[in-house]
Amino acid sequence: MPAAADLRMLGPEMLVAGTALLVLVWATFLPPQRQHLLRWISAAALAAALAVVLRLGTGAASAFSGMYARDGLTVVLQSAALLGALLALALAGAYVERSHLDAGEFYALLLAAALGAMVMAGSRDLIMVFLGLETLSIPLYVLAAFARTDLRSQEAGMKYFLLGAFSTTFFLYGIALIYGVTGSTALARLAGSPGGPMLRAGVGLLLVGLAFKAALVPFHAWSPDVYEGAPLPVTAYMSVIAKIGAFAALLRIFPGTLTALAGEWRGILAVLSILTMVLGNLAALRQTSLKRLLAYSSIAHAGFILIGVAAGSGRGAWAVAFYLLGYTFMTLGAFAVALRVTRGGEEADAIADLTGLASRSPALAAAMAVFMVSLAGLPPTVGFVGKLYVFTAALEAGQNALAIVGVLASVVSAYYYLRVAYTMFTGEPAAGIAFAGDRWLGGALLAAAVGVLVLGVFPSPLTVFVQQVAQALR
Amino acid sequence: MRAFPLLSILIFLPLAGAVVVALLDRRREAAVRWTALAGALLALAAALVVFWRFAPGTAALQLEEHTLWIPAAGIGYHLGVDGISLPLVLLTAVIMPLALLSSWSAVGDRIKEFSVAMLALETALLGTFLSLDLVLFYVFWDAVLIPMYFIIGVWGGPRRAYAAFKFILYTAAGSALMLVAIIVLFLSSGAAGARTFDWAVLADSPVAMPLQAWLFGAFALAFAIKVPVFPLHTWLPDAHTEAPTPGSVVLAAVLLKMGTYGFLRFLLPLFPEATVRFAPLMAGLAVAGILYGGIVSWAQRDMKRLVAMSSVSHLGFVTLGAFALTVEGLQGSLLQMVNHGISTGGLFLLVGVLYDRTHSRLMADYGGVAALMPRFAAVSLIVVLSSMALPGTNGFVGEFLVLLGAFRAAPVYAVLAAGGVILSAVYLLWMVQQVFHGPVAVVQRAKVVELSARELVLFVPLIALIFWIGLFPGTLLSRSEASIQALVERVQRVQVEVRR
Repeated sequence: MPAAADLRMLGPEMLVAGTALLVLVWATFLPPQRQHLLRWISAAALAAALAVVLRLGTGAASAFSGMYARDGLTVVLQSAALLGALLALALAGAYVERSHLDAGEFYALLLAAALGAMVMAGSRDLIMVFLGLETLSIPLYVLAAFARTDLRSQEAGMKYFLLGAFSTTFFLYGIALIYGVTGSTALARLAGSPGGPMLRAGVGLLLVGLAFKAALVPFHAWSPDVYEGAPLPVTAYMSVIAKIGAFAALLRIFPGTLTALAGEWRGILAVLSILTMVLGNLAALRQTSLKRLLAYSSIAHAGFILIGVAAGSGRGAWAVAFYLLGYTFMTLGAFAVALRVTRGGEEADAIADLTGLASRSPALAAAMAVFMVSLAGLPPTVGFVGKLYVFTAALEAGQNALAIVGVLASVVSAYYYLRVAYTMFTGEPAAGIAFAGDRWLGGALLAAAVGVLVLGVFPSPLTVFVQQVAQALR
Repeated sequence: MRAFPLLSILIFLPLAGAVVVALLDRRREAAVRWTALAGALLALAAALVVFWRFAPGTAALQLEEHTLWIPAAGIGYHLGVDGISLPLVLLTAVIMPLALLSSWSAVGDRIKEFSVAMLALETALLGTFLSLDLVLFYVFWDAVLIPMYFIIGVWGGPRRAYAAFKFILYTAAGSALMLVAIIVLFLSSGAAGARTFDWAVLADSPVAMPLQAWLFGAFALAFAIKVPVFPLHTWLPDAHTEAPTPGSVVLAAVLLKMGTYGFLRFLLPLFPEATVRFAPLMAGLAVAGILYGGIVSWAQRDMKRLVAMSSVSHLGFVTLGAFALTVEGLQGSLLQMVNHGISTGGLFLLVGVLYDRTHSRLMADYGGVAALMPRFAAVSLIVVLSSMALPGTNGFVGEFLVLLGAFRAAPVYAVLAAGGVILSAVYLLWMVQQVFHGPVAVVQRAKVVELSARELVLFVPLIALIFWIGLFPGTLLSRSEASIQALVERVQRVQVEVRR
């Protein structure tokens, strides 16, 4: 029987889990015209959970015999997960209702995936990480295949599920090997272990599992297809929440635990990071589909974020957290613009569909320009500050090559991001292009644009906030 | 008591203007244009207040503002003006209203967006010249790219997309490595917790040598692409040719100065030892640029391309002066930055006037324009003579000082560079002869009408400045002298040590 204090510490997680179940059940009783209530309930729960996470703070409390912790890392990355879920919920509503998808199931799955990412952030035990990983992944498999009548969505869901399940077994096998060496699944025991080939193999398998979730090259092959096939709001959510969960676990396991082996994994992560940045950016150059462009862009950004993990330092860890929060705003913002534009009632998928939209909606074009500039890492946006932080971490850790590849990859990315912004400001809009979405979507767009700019110009408070992550690693 | 934040107000006034313009109804074109102009004129007024409050005779930073920006990452908000930045701030503030005024005929669509981009650009430019924290500087430096990219890409000529991407990729690639160098400077500025991005602190204790040379390289590359120093100039003709007239004016008059300003503000004081080592290389490239730019200009048939290539030649003088590492050379270099802004900005405006009328930039399409537009011909001649550095005009003082400084440092460079002076006379007079003289041979004769009152207003301030600086260069030189003197002493101290 867990102590009352343990349960109190899990308040935010229980709130999200409870709401997911409530929404799922209640949806069956609500008449179709009142389904929008579910969106309000889900949003309220996410906002409340975010408030509780911030209110509980750190206090470095741990629960369930040290399996779970509410430290700086938990607080910051759970905030990121909840914020991402909240924005994604606001993006998704109009689409879900317009496409006659099952709203209750959709919101319940969205909440469940957020719960998974939250659990991954708080876990200090490999079994807990695994539970979080599964809670995150399974709803995402279902969401990817959510458009039941759309073959592409079905294919996306199936692909994601098969490859995802395959990679999860790698993770599980890694846990087994580590258990074999240390006799425990606790990260604390792993930290104190002397190493050896078996342990290294186990850690390597953990890395494969997480690299798949974060879509790091060479474990990224699934993501462009899945991103393209899944319904647009699902793609948006997936590109953010899976990264938050995966990077939370990477931070816990690598700089947070395996400090003794840092000399070995730092180089490996640096290589993965370089591969991811280079391949992600080069592949994005040639895309004509906006969704696919954003898919490769999210791969490329995973590479940039990984720089902070590879640094293996406290500075690297908080840079990762900062980048993830900034990335949430700019990526969801870009997806929000994509959701706003429709062609003949369908998703407007091609970059060319954005042609000349500045004359019809200057605000939308301005917002897209802000997101693209930020994704390209140019000031004065949060994307620039995030890159400044990860590059500083890499150079401080002596990984000069990593930083140089990073800045050059960033220059390449300016090409394709600015091309998207440029498209909106030239030419005449094509026929059949319309604007869709409701106030929620508009609000999310505004919030994301304001977030990108304000955090780019006044990054100080957020910087102080994310620096808690570094304290958790000591 | 906190001092009045005059510099912050100067920097952000244009941005405030941009916000006001953005809120206006796009159909009220006149209101948009006048509001944008008013924003730029307010910034000019603020710049004049700075000029008036500026105390000559001291190398110290003035009107400093120093507060924390991102203390958790060691980043400060540090602004200040000295004799090196003052002339460039004034230049920016003078050129911007003129460029906006020229856009009234040169830019006909999406006027609101254009005005917003121009005003945002002015904020970024002023910030670049006034920032004394390296991250703050980099933020403004890179922020310049975004509005300029749109100005070329949206309102440019037929090959605008290509030119815009070439412009941004070239310059962003150069500055990317500078960002790495800035971070390395920060990391080597002290123990964790005591590190800083502050220019004043970093300049007081330059990093040790092998590292200093690498960092010099990274900064020099970023600046050299921006200037552009030969052989990194290939983005320039395309960007200039495709940009709309106001874009070309700002690009030539102000944006290119970011690079040469960077030489004086960052390269010399932060990396004095490496500067001394690599000065012959930089000066050699400068001379190559002077001659190459001159010869290539001579071969142009498109006037805008000719003026663009002449920038490569003229900025060679600026670079040569900077790396002469003597007081005369640096004074000349700084003055020549301003002069080039005035005269080349003027040349682009002249080409713009003709282009607005006939939509042709080819010299072959003109001839005998002097007979049709006598006032315009007179204005053009003055601007051309200033660009050729005729005594009595601003260009003469600047080029003379550069050559004098270079002669003291390395006579060979000065002699070769003097050849560039002759070349510039050749290609500029060649252009004047083709376009203005001879029998009237304009293809679209009916359209070639005399300057309007608005167009005349464009040239009056430029001509006033040409003669003002030409006849009374002391106004600017006396204000920059102390800062230049201090800079040269700093570098020469190292020079002596290196020789030992």
